Amino acid sequence: MDGDLVRVQGLRVGFATDAGLAQVLDGVDLAIRPGEIMGLVGESGCGKTTLARSILGILPANAARIAAGEILFEGQDLLRLDEGRLAGDIRGRQITYIPQDPFNSFNPVFTIGTQIGDLMRWKSPLRAEGVSGRARRRRDRERVLELLHLVQLPNPESILRKYPHELSGGQRQRLMIAMALLPGPKLVIADEPTTALDVTVQAQILTLLKSLARRSGVAVLFTTHDLGTTYEICDRITVMYAGQDVESAPVAAFFGRPSHPYTTRLLASLPTTRDAISGIPGEIPGLITPPPGCRFNPRCDRAVEECRSVRPSPTAMGAQHLVRCYRPMQESRAA
Amino acid sequence: MARFLFILRKLAEDRSTLLGVILLALLVLVAILAPVLATHPGDVSEFHTAQRLHPPGAENWLGTDRMGSDIYSRLLFGARITITIAVTAIAVAVLIGVPIGLVAGYFDGIASDLLMRTSDIFLAVPQIVLAIAIAQTLGPSIENVILALSATYWPFWARLVYAETRTCRKEVFVEAAVALGASPWRVMLLHILPNISSSIIVRTTIGMGGTILTAATLGFLGLGPPPPTPEWGRTIAESREFLPMAWWYAAFPGLAIFLVVMGFNLVGDGLRDALDPRLRRSARRGR
Amino acid sequence: MSETPILEVETLRKYFPIRNVWKRRTGWLKALDDVSLTVRKGEILGIVGESGCGKSTLGKTLMGIHQPSAGRVVFEGADIAAMKPHQSRALRRHLQYCYQDPGASLDPRWSIGASLREPLTIHENLKGDAATTRVREILRAVGLPEGHLDLYPHEISGGQQRRVGLARILTLKPSVLILDEPTSGLDVSVQATILTLLLDLRQQFDLTYLFISHDLSVVRMISDRVAVMYLGRIVEIGTAEAIFETPRHPYTRSLLSAIPKIGGARVTDNFALEGEPPSPANLPSGCRFRTRCPMAQPVCAETDPQLREDWPGQAAACLLA
Repeated sequence: MDGDLVRVQGLRVGFATDAGLAQVLDGVDLAIRPGEIMGLVGESGCGKTTLARSILGILPANAARIAAGEILFEGQDLLRLDEGRLAGDIRGRQITYIPQDPFNSFNPVFTIGTQIGDLMRWKSPLRAEGVSGRARRRRDRERVLELLHLVQLPNPESILRKYPHELSGGQRQRLMIAMALLPGPKLVIADEPTTALDVTVQAQILTLLKSLARRSGVAVLFTTHDLGTTYEICDRITVMYAGQDVESAPVAAFFGRPSHPYTTRLLASLPTTRDAISGIPGEIPGLITPPPGCRFNPRCDRAVEECRSVRPSPTAMGAQHLVRCYRPMQESRAA
Repeated sequence: MARFLFILRKLAEDRSTLLGVILLALLVLVAILAPVLATHPGDVSEFHTAQRLHPPGAENWLGTDRMGSDIYSRLLFGARITITIAVTAIAVAVLIGVPIGLVAGYFDGIASDLLMRTSDIFLAVPQIVLAIAIAQTLGPSIENVILALSATYWPFWARLVYAETRTCRKEVFVEAAVALGASPWRVMLLHILPNISSSIIVRTTIGMGGTILTAATLGFLGLGPPPPTPEWGRTIAESREFLPMAWWYAAFPGLAIFLVVMGFNLVGDGLRDALDPRLRRSARRGR
Repeated sequence: MSETPILEVETLRKYFPIRNVWKRRTGWLKALDDVSLTVRKGEILGIVGESGCGKSTLGKTLMGIHQPSAGRVVFEGADIAAMKPHQSRALRRHLQYCYQDPGASLDPRWSIGASLREPLTIHENLKGDAATTRVREILRAVGLPEGHLDLYPHEISGGQQRRVGLARILTLKPSVLILDEPTSGLDVSVQATILTLLLDLRQQFDLTYLFISHDLSVVRMISDRVAVMYLGRIVEIGTAEAIFETPRHPYTRSLLSAIPKIGGARVTDNFALEGEPPSPANLPSGCRFRTRCPMAQPVCAETDPQLREDWPGQAAACLLA
């Protein structure tokens, strides 16, 4: 669709391993509109982290092979952009990143203030505007303190003087959120930001993330394996399985009318009551010799011959609701 | 074992390691086949003063020494001595150092501290000096060289094994074995030792190089096996008074030592690369 | 599930010394601070709490991996807390501990068959064919093929490694199993499979479980009773239904309100619990939850509440509940 902030089309990525080429992403499509919070959900091996990293351009250079596809950011293909522009302008400025692990993301030997200072020196939005010198440093500092306050870190001045190990996990994650917002990005990629946190801290961080995103109008790509968190803050959700995107829908339609068999099985296996424990029989396929066609077909009880040969193209199920399935679980409501 | 072959294949992939393997293979071959490959096998003990200090030529490929003996042949037999000394000394050092490190690393308490402080004392003295002191006291012979080397080098293994045991001790599977009721001996010998064996192997291989160098130094200083044993270090010592004229006298034994030590180092490095990442790599599928 | 207690824990304490640079003890980290509970034969008792609450330490202390600082642990009639590890080893046979990642509990250098045989060699001196038969039986019980005996841990999937880890513990025919975070890190679909397996095994081997987890939804699914821990103390304990439907302690309420519920009101619209738990090295006076409790009164700073069983099948440690 036009006006998308990010459009990934047909992305195919492989990782070279000792055992062969692992086809980690198999023609993935993803669209994120400006200001929307998009949830990327999937189990292990689905490729969500690889997709997030592809957008940032931080795939391991020695092992990753981008075989096909494009990643359009405001119309520009990031895959064709040279590293200089990518590193200077896009990464860390227009697209920022909140990693999964708040514990190891900081340099332990420098104070928070030093690390943020480094960030602002290169990635301050004022720099792009050409402002420099003492006036800029002053304004940057004000902005830093303001953001630290917004993420509810107590006593921001003293935080700047502390070392990373002096902060708790929740505090570090808040700090990462602040640092991701400082450069004034258009897109924040949050890779499983609450997975390592306790549930009460998770609730706090999710609340924070949602309100800040809304307030600053920034788009968020939020990867997780936990559907509950996507329910909390996402506008739209995309489900991935074994390197393929299978369904994408606005949150109400996603939970109300899931259409792909995998999505429905996934929702069904969420813990509710003891009598209804259900898993999905079978195992996630290896990616070196994955099943042909729709990769879920060996475990799908609705699979037909076509599923095993050609991967389905996206079908519209409703407004912004796409599913890749020959036999979706719902009737299409698309016009 | 399949693993052994896998490691060999990994070693072969890296060129410098391959070079090291070739050098070591040559060393072993030479040592075994010395009588066959030598042009003047008798020269190990005989001498022909008439032919002293001849430069390399058709008759004597690498020249002759001050007694007229063929340097090439003596070098080949010298390989045997080198291997004997190195292998035996290391074996003894390992047999002393590894158990000490294992016990000290697994248990806590006075005994453990005592053992490691003892090894620290040995390590505080420069290796060469220690080796010289021991060899001097005991007198020049092959056995004494081996003794001196083992006594000098065992602490390296003790310390390595100590550190690795301490780390391995914290691993979940060790804790699980203990929770299951395994006795400390069982845990040390059947669980910890196999898992730290790769560092021991790497250290041993690299250690060989250092040991050979020290052995040659002892020989050079006259503390090694007495003449007419064709030990490489001693040969270099003998050559001193005839340099720089009779350059072949020192150059070839020197080259031999160089190649052998380098061979061990290259193989050791290659082993470390081949063994470690395999072990560290997690088998679990990540998210 | 019967009413007979199989494991009784009385005022269990585990304090870890905090030392400064010069190894002098500057304080205590009170990981377990007077924990008492009774586990009934055949039941699944869930233990929940967030990081630092002491639930893992509880599991390890019961198991003997940590030595308790005070208190009693009565298992099969004997107080195992008071004994030294080698004395209680025999008694502990029937009390087994399953690691969060049972796959990691397998020695990577040992074949699976060897790992499974090990407990038999240590405890029963069972070798050869007798051991192999027993091992095969257990392997079948956890749903793994016999061929796995010759494989190594890294050659099978994470889920299968977990099953092997479980199998190993079962070879000794334990009566009580302490499961430490058995489903954390697992994909949701695999989680369901493991839970089903655990329920089957309980049936088959007549087991009792102590199910330690931070994932409340999972605990809810599988537990008969649930104990909620906060900073080393049990703040509420009761039947699963009571705890999840009618939580009495303010912490339990906050904890439950933090869980996203698909289809319901959004947590993020209205979440009230601020800040983070104080350090277990520096507990607040009186009730340890009072610094974050929405209902805190002055009296809460003076008295340290004990568990009161004021409701049917439910007890909470709160002065105001």
